[in-house]
Amino acid sequence: MGFLIETVISGLMTGMLYSLVALGFVLIFKASGVFNFAQGAMVLFAALAMARFAEWAPAHLGFDSKLLANLLGFVGAMLVMVAAAWLIERLVLGKLVNQEGITLLMATLGITYFLEGFGQTIFGNDIYNIDIGLPKDPVFLFESVFQGGVLVNKEDLYAALIAAAMVTLLSMFFQYTSTGRALRAVADDHQAAQSIGIPLNRIWVIVWSVAGFTALVAGIIWGSKLGVQFSLSLVALKALPVVILGGLTSVPGAIVGGLIIGVGEKVSEVYIGPSIGGGIEIWFGYVLVLFVLLVRPQGLFGEKIIDRV
Amino acid sequence: MNVLAEPLATAELAPKASRIGEVILEVKNISLAFGGVKALTDISFDVREHEVRAIIGPNGAGKSSLLNCINGVYTPQQGSITFRDRTFNHMNSRQVAEMGVARTFQSLALFKGMSVLDNIMTGRNLRMKTNLFQQAIRWGAAEREEIEQREAVERIIDFLEIQPYRKTPVGRLPYGLQKRVDLGRALAMEPSVLLLDEPMAGMNVEEKQDMCRFVLDVNDEFGTTIVLIEHDMGVVMDISDRVVVLDYGKKIGDGTPEQVRTNPDVISAYLGTGH
Amino acid sequence: MLYRENGQFKTTYRADQQVFPIAQDRIAIGLLLAFAIVVVPLVAPEYLFRAILIPFLILALAALGLNILVGYCGQISLGTGAFMAVGAYAAYNFQVRIEGMPLIASLLLGGVCATAVGVLFGIPSLRIKGLYLAVATLAAQFFVDWAFLRVKWFTNESSSGSVSVAGLKVFGLSIESPVQKYLFCLAFLIVFGVIAKNLVRGHIGREWMAIRDMDVAAEVIGIRPVYAKLSAFAVSSFMVGVAGALWGFVHLGSWEPAAFSIDRSFQLLFMVIIGGLGSIMGSFFGAAFIVVLPIVLDNLPYWFDIPIDTALASHLTFMIFGSLIVFFLIVEPHGIARLWSTGKEKLRLWPFPH
Repeated sequence: MGFLIETVISGLMTGMLYSLVALGFVLIFKASGVFNFAQGAMVLFAALAMARFAEWAPAHLGFDSKLLANLLGFVGAMLVMVAAAWLIERLVLGKLVNQEGITLLMATLGITYFLEGFGQTIFGNDIYNIDIGLPKDPVFLFESVFQGGVLVNKEDLYAALIAAAMVTLLSMFFQYTSTGRALRAVADDHQAAQSIGIPLNRIWVIVWSVAGFTALVAGIIWGSKLGVQFSLSLVALKALPVVILGGLTSVPGAIVGGLIIGVGEKVSEVYIGPSIGGGIEIWFGYVLVLFVLLVRPQGLFGEKIIDRV
Repeated sequence: MNVLAEPLATAELAPKASRIGEVILEVKNISLAFGGVKALTDISFDVREHEVRAIIGPNGAGKSSLLNCINGVYTPQQGSITFRDRTFNHMNSRQVAEMGVARTFQSLALFKGMSVLDNIMTGRNLRMKTNLFQQAIRWGAAEREEIEQREAVERIIDFLEIQPYRKTPVGRLPYGLQKRVDLGRALAMEPSVLLLDEPMAGMNVEEKQDMCRFVLDVNDEFGTTIVLIEHDMGVVMDISDRVVVLDYGKKIGDGTPEQVRTNPDVISAYLGTGH
Repeated sequence: MLYRENGQFKTTYRADQQVFPIAQDRIAIGLLLAFAIVVVPLVAPEYLFRAILIPFLILALAALGLNILVGYCGQISLGTGAFMAVGAYAAYNFQVRIEGMPLIASLLLGGVCATAVGVLFGIPSLRIKGLYLAVATLAAQFFVDWAFLRVKWFTNESSSGSVSVAGLKVFGLSIESPVQKYLFCLAFLIVFGVIAKNLVRGHIGREWMAIRDMDVAAEVIGIRPVYAKLSAFAVSSFMVGVAGALWGFVHLGSWEPAAFSIDRSFQLLFMVIIGGLGSIMGSFFGAAFIVVLPIVLDNLPYWFDIPIDTALASHLTFMIFGSLIVFFLIVEPHGIARLWSTGKEKLRLWPFPH
């Protein structure tokens, strides 16, 4: 029983991390109606920037404090993401206003390829480390209930808390600020929003910057866990089913979806996996989402699509 | 009635009133709601064969929703629809099409990626019977069928006077011509009942006259029963045999144009009650 | 001046409906086919066949299939690699497990299996639309990836996880040399090209396009969305499956599931979008573009005598590839096919400006 709880908790925390990446998708889709396939590449790009800046700063500026290095790294990476957001808006999104969804999707795929190549060109293609002082040792919880306690990874625990905090912040941002409202208007109809004076370009830069920020946080956490390397960009493919399960437009949906898929993956891998060959994590999330969509075609929390004639 | 048959010579046509036949379509106690919004409440009326039946009412009265129920696009929560002698609680779009009911749309649901010719050809779809393999080879049965149906569609194109535009993608045509293509596509189905949803919306006087002429020709020459949603009172009073009036999803009037025009409920719905 | 249709009046619908109504087009296609069938085998160097022509032919076939699904019927699919894999592995199993199985039969049966899987994964499209459907199709991709990796039966219990075929023969003629492989694939492409064009001109093609453009109106006309969508999945998967089988048998010779991964799916989707959605010609253009581009990018440094280390070169290729995709989408979202038809329009007027 203790082992099941461990698996579930581990799944919950992995799920939280998926949610973090999924948030970036939801943000951009909610605010600009674009399904940003490049989110994974953005996570990688942000993490690379952070890792390298944190490395270069002490070397070039001559100081020793880890904290300061990380801070400067963070700021540097954030600036890079904002610049990227601005460039993406100018060069890509601005020119594709009101094109069909699939065109925009393809454009983000193009951005993915570009960012992956560009990131590795500037920042190098070795494996880098991010160390922001998250404790990596495990801790035993619930020792009074289960004998020996339940093994929980502290790093994952902190990550989960950070992700939860981000989600709450972002939800409030969307619901209660005027910028959030403008973002939602833009997601509904680019041209209509433009015609009532909402500055599309500025909104998009804001959105992609915020998504870049989410990507950076996700990148730091995943990078701290796995090291910063090319495979980080594949994390996006893991987050996709989370986005769809929760519904493309729902921030809380991204959380719930992440938790469900995180737990589902872990539990099924441990309990069902061995009997059918193992390695089912690769498709579990996707097949689960497929079945959910058959029952609810708009995801768990997505908006129902009504066709009017 | 067969759209392809030669039109009857005018002298042979009996006076309009005696051509109108039995009830062909009957709507009984239809109620439709979307979540909390009640679009239609207990609507009942009938349509006689060969007549022109107008449905009028202020915007949002539920007229399009009513047509959508008849067509099977929406499923009403209550009520039934009887077509000839068969009664249904909810209509299946394909069944309705097979039974000979066609419609046009208020917002022009044309297939933007196709030409005028192709759009109208889709209306012949129910008559095209060749299977995938025959079409893949094309030579033989499929080619013959295409040519046969093309001839039928060309007759409709002639009727609607849109010959110069047959190969143009519909998205490029002006609004009035698109409306004609919409009508053409419906006519291609050789319907016995034609549901027209604001066929003259957004048109200028000349375009309206053309459209009226087409509608009346279809009714006169081919005997097609017409159910027509329209806002232009002049048109409605001129060409319809009977009128149904809706307001906020309820029926508030039913009768000849004269009767409806003098109905006090109808007048207050349109003009508002005086204070 | 050269491209005028003067005097080319059609007096029958049959003439009006033909694939190439303009005589100059018919001549051009005839010349192109003659060139492809006769001249190329005689003059092209072996490298050209192996690196460009054969991949182009097979991927063009797959792109054709994908275009039918995405371009004509409007159902987004990100799992095309999976259907290619099914075609390849199914054909392999038929070829290897049944004594004396003719090659073409195996390939076509591979296509049939891909059709079955395609229709199965097409069923969700009856309820799910747009981006949601795109992600649902990824389920097919990843599940099939896993199945061919882990379920040993599919790979005939191969210990290395990869399978191979050798000694291909058709009616006694062997398909070993590059020229033979090229002509074999060309034959398939021509046959399927004709079939695709016929389907798309027929009433099923109009049904597909109606569903793509406005499925509610299509239903009202009497089109059954179930039949239209599933037939699109079926036809598309058949072509993609046969292409997959060709890819494994003829181009690769021996392969593992990674040959049909999600990168392949994206590659095909790029071909279809850049080539032109809803256009047969577009599939060919797109395939040519995507096959030739990486080769050009890889070889640019050598042509300009700039020494670059391989890692950097591959990063740069990624960057240029990505930028070109975006550039194309901005400049002509309807793809090369639209550029081509606009060019032809201008050519009809040439030398007059309008």
